[in-house]
Amino acid sequence: MSTIKPVNQKAWWLVLPVVVCVAFSAVLPLMTVVNYSLQDIISPERRVFVGTEWFAAAMRDEELHSALWRQLTFSLAVLTVEIPLGIMLALSMPAKGWKASAVLVVVALSLLIPWNVVGTIWQIFGRADIGLLGAMLQKMGFDYNYTGNATHAWLTVLVMDVWHWTPLVALLCYAGLRSIPDAYYQAARIDGASRFAVFRYIQLPKMRGVLMIAVLLRFMDSFMIYTEPFVLTGGGPGNATTFLSEYLTQKAVGQFDVGPAAAFSLIYFLIILLLCFILYNWMQRVGTADKEGAGHE
Amino acid sequence: MARIDLDLAHSYLPDPQQDADYALLPLQMSFEDGGAYALLGPSGCGKTTMLNIMSGLLAPSRGSVKFDGEDVTQRSPQQRNIAQVFQFPVIYDTMTVADNLAFPLRNRRMPEAQIRKRVGEIAEMLELSGQLNRRAADLAADAKQKISLGRGLVRPDVSAVLFDEPLTVIDPHLKWQLRRKLKQIHHELKLTLIYVTHDQVEALTFADQVMVMTRGQAVQVGSADALFERPQHTFVGHFIGSPGMNFLPARTVGGKLEVAGRTLALPPNLGLPDGELKLGIRPEYVALTTADDTAALPVTVVQALDIGTHVLLTGQCAGSDLKIKARLSPELAAPQRGDTVWLRVLEAHTCFYKNEELIP
Repeated sequence: MSTIKPVNQKAWWLVLPVVVCVAFSAVLPLMTVVNYSLQDIISPERRVFVGTEWFAAAMRDEELHSALWRQLTFSLAVLTVEIPLGIMLALSMPAKGWKASAVLVVVALSLLIPWNVVGTIWQIFGRADIGLLGAMLQKMGFDYNYTGNATHAWLTVLVMDVWHWTPLVALLCYAGLRSIPDAYYQAARIDGASRFAVFRYIQLPKMRGVLMIAVLLRFMDSFMIYTEPFVLTGGGPGNATTFLSEYLTQKAVGQFDVGPAAAFSLIYFLIILLLCFILYNWMQRVGTADKEGAGHE
Repeated sequence: MARIDLDLAHSYLPDPQQDADYALLPLQMSFEDGGAYALLGPSGCGKTTMLNIMSGLLAPSRGSVKFDGEDVTQRSPQQRNIAQVFQFPVIYDTMTVADNLAFPLRNRRMPEAQIRKRVGEIAEMLELSGQLNRRAADLAADAKQKISLGRGLVRPDVSAVLFDEPLTVIDPHLKWQLRRKLKQIHHELKLTLIYVTHDQVEALTFADQVMVMTRGQAVQVGSADALFERPQHTFVGHFIGSPGMNFLPARTVGGKLEVAGRTLALPPNLGLPDGELKLGIRPEYVALTTADDTAALPVTVVQALDIGTHVLLTGQCAGSDLKIKARLSPELAAPQRGDTVWLRVLEAHTCFYKNEELIP
């Protein structure tokens, strides 16, 4: 008895809705960007095909390079601060009872505030004349001024992002921690494990999944940060807080350099994709690699 | 290795008022050094509570825990040096099998050479030698459970090994193997093993002494034989055996026994007090007999199931809704549904109970 399935090409029609949806939501918009990136549009009637010229220009653009480095440094700083801080926060949150609910609400609060409002809050908060933070630092003798000092501006944006998004990392970790069965903690007590060993060998491995999501989300979001620094500093002073999105917007909307902006959009997209891919694969391997031959060292 | 004495009560409530508030009613119990014990009882009877009190994961609300006469009530599990195996295998995911086994020793700062030797020995005993360098997370449930067990056994001076339904997640055919392994380990290491389960077969095959618990109370401690032949409490009669013991409400009047409207002749010198009591007899000891037997009751057969090794007969006593179960030899002609047969319920193995307790 042969069990060869009859070939029915009509099944392709079932895939059609998905193809249409993806085409309109992703492929077509992306293709228009590809289209712009290959042309020099002088006016709606006059356009010249320029090939990869805009890409080459983007590669040589010094300002863009510094924006990229600024961006990478910022994202790295965001991850190095927010991930450990979020884990610590989650570890210190109460596990059950009314306190747990109260703490959850308080922690989640900053996540509910719209981006531009966050920017506005910090803009006022940090003002040296009337802002609570700014005026206080002035009183304490620090010459804090985020509108004039590049380092201060950069740090303020970082602190703002930490304030805004660490709760997300904390909530994810908290969920991961709550899913660890009691038996693990009991076994650890019986095995005589220290508090650090419990963290290192039980809590951290069990949080792997949620941490991976937290790292990827925070990386992507911080790499695309736009609204908050735009409201807070407008990218300044100078270019100190001009991150990639900011720079791109200046190009595309401010100067209407559609071609270079489109070329850079594609590069930007590929950079995020590549970095996420690398991060994801690296995290997949951490802690799961078979320690062949490592033995009981 | 240690002898464990318990004299305690425990309630999870801050201010227990009545018996139902207690997870463990006041009890005294001793576990001899090197013995294999089982705590048997239905879910929620307090057996896990008792285990956690022994290991030190839980402090009893009253009373004391003594190891070899020394009060350890306030000591941590680590200080008590106890091992516990849980229902679900607990392994450290990121470690290899060897590192898992070495973990308790490293926490105690044992020299590395000694650790390696010890891990090797235990792995050998548990048949894990071939997997020492594999990641523990990649192994099957039974191997993981062996690792949990190994982490307990690897400490050379462990006081006792406690098992909390350790075979729940293991496949049936491996259950048997692991249980045999446990027996073998008990035999070789002469450790005190205490095993919590709700499975009577597991308890009876594993332990020398079985403690039957219900509602926070230990109702009987004894060998498999004692639990079967002379249940101290009607609960033990019900719980042990498949099916459990038959219990028939009865009354003694002047040396005669009234059961289900009939008067049976009691053997002399039984010394039963007059009044209400319960007659208990195992289905295994109920026998078919004839109408002239003065120790028999007439029953109408409700069901006769042929289970291969025996016929399980369920009968209803004439003139009442009492049911009697009997295990009959398959070689006898099995009675049919609706037949009336005579079943002998009074013989050497019959037990009598007053207020659910055995009359000695």
